[in-house]
Amino acid sequence: MNLRFVCIKLLRAMLTALIVLTFVFVVLRLSGDPIENLVGDEAPADVVEYYRAKYGLDRPIFEQYVLYFQGIAHGDMGISFRDQRDALDVVIERLPNTLRLGLVSFAFSLLMGIPLGIVAALNRNTALDRFTMGFAVFGYSIPNFFLGIVLILAFTMWLRVLPSSGSGSVWHMIMPVVTLGTAGAGSLARFARSSMLEVLNKSYILAAKAKGVPRLRRIGWHALPNAAIPIVTIIGFRLGDLIAGSVVTETVFAWPGVGRLLVTSVGSRDLAVVQAILILVAFTMVIANLLVDFIYGWVDPRIRVSSALEKD
Amino acid sequence: MTAEALPHGLRIAPRRLAKYSPLVLTCIGFLGLVLFAAAFADVLAPKHYTAQDLLNRLKPPSFLGGPAQYLLGTDELGRDVLSRLLYGIRVSVVVAILGTVIGAVIGTFLGFVAAHMRGLVEEAIMMMVDVQAAVPFLIIALAVLAFFGNSLTLFIIIMGINGWENYARLTRGMVLSASTHGYAVAVRSLGANPWRIYGRHILPNIASALIVQFTLNFPSTILLETSLSFLGLGIQPPLTSLGQMLGAGRNHLILAWWIAVVPGVTIFLTTLSISIVGDWLRDRLDPTLRGR
Repeated sequence: MNLRFVCIKLLRAMLTALIVLTFVFVVLRLSGDPIENLVGDEAPADVVEYYRAKYGLDRPIFEQYVLYFQGIAHGDMGISFRDQRDALDVVIERLPNTLRLGLVSFAFSLLMGIPLGIVAALNRNTALDRFTMGFAVFGYSIPNFFLGIVLILAFTMWLRVLPSSGSGSVWHMIMPVVTLGTAGAGSLARFARSSMLEVLNKSYILAAKAKGVPRLRRIGWHALPNAAIPIVTIIGFRLGDLIAGSVVTETVFAWPGVGRLLVTSVGSRDLAVVQAILILVAFTMVIANLLVDFIYGWVDPRIRVSSALEKD
Repeated sequence: MTAEALPHGLRIAPRRLAKYSPLVLTCIGFLGLVLFAAAFADVLAPKHYTAQDLLNRLKPPSFLGGPAQYLLGTDELGRDVLSRLLYGIRVSVVVAILGTVIGAVIGTFLGFVAAHMRGLVEEAIMMMVDVQAAVPFLIIALAVLAFFGNSLTLFIIIMGINGWENYARLTRGMVLSASTHGYAVAVRSLGANPWRIYGRHILPNIASALIVQFTLNFPSTILLETSLSFLGLGIQPPLTSLGQMLGAGRNHLILAWWIAVVPGVTIFLTTLSISIVGDWLRDRLDPTLRGR
């Protein structure tokens, strides 16, 4: 792969991460004295001084900034003031739950969305197309907190077949996965349909048809790989969105993941945990975007050539 | 679709109305109803949204056998769900409109600044756009609420920051290309100052794309408001909003499902209608995006 392309993308990703971290630092310093949050307003002055010195808050602001980056590099993002443990540890022990839920729903939306989109594109303007796209619009318009509640009403309260909260068994996963995956399936279906339609109108498909290539091979060999290019981008963004997307769903189903931890931490103003999650999410997103760029350039040679030539 | 079906501008001639699909008309009608409810909530609501009736708690809607004076039932404090719905619509709509307008103004202005100044300023603005696009806004919003605590002003500002980057990116691109067009060059050579060129000549020409962006951004703002309020971190009681009602009603699903379902259905139908109308608007106003 073109070295310049890789360097520019890497540099941009690092710059984005730097800006996000700086944003967190500035906002955290603006929001008030972190020591007061830790020890309370009525603590004696020498206690406050002790903690201030301990966390380096008595140093000049620039030195604090450097210390802050050193801390992050060592995985030290402060102490959760709710249970006095390392904030990063608190977040990381919740991570497997979020990833489990996120990846399964992601697979759900891929397996639902992409075939639906392709089928709709191949049957353009038929009843099947309209039905599929109607379903897709329905899927991404329904807010996930409402879908979750409708599912709980239907399957827990009315049919009494699925548990409404917790994460003990496979049964606990079904409703959260459907809730989280439906919106993704809807937008992926629409996206797959439009990128497939765009490719099907290209002259090389017509040429293949004129050459006598059978329909199945035309679709599978000539159309799909080209239609896959924009779909890959969207998939990459969705992967980066795993944690953020789960905030509401985890809360609805009391799923013990990072999203729910974020909501409870914001509620109790546990700033160290919020900061750790923010940094974690920012890093996931930056890395996901970077991967998308690379995969994109690898799948479609036109992009790595043109983006290496001009800057943007 | 043929080219003649795609006129520019926002004018909707009455004789064309017949060509509109019934679905789009229904959606526009529903959105009109929502706006009407928001505008006249205080007149339409049978009771005040905080008025309690402790003898009639958790009563079902009147068509399901509840008391006749509570059309959509009552909540855990005996407050009228219909009245709360109307006020909730008002708060949600006002917050979403304010937020979207703030975002559109900031974003469009910064887009113009980037296109006009070029160089370092443009790089800085576009870097901010990239950063905002890189981090999911719900997380940023939650973090800001955690750091600064909640207030209505801060909450509306957060709504405004959501989505500004789309306008900035769009405006910058379009202004850069419009500046090279004959009309802009002509006005500039006549000696017009930048404010006049941008405000009077380029802005009207790029307005239709910005309006489309506005309709795309509006449902995401409504969803952000309802999500945060649902999580208990947005609009705070005694004020109510659709998301706040839904979040509070979640605790009473077993006894009184209507408290959550009524605002939920309203949010869903609103975002659905906006999606459908927005798609349709986009097809009409921006032929290059057609079919996506």
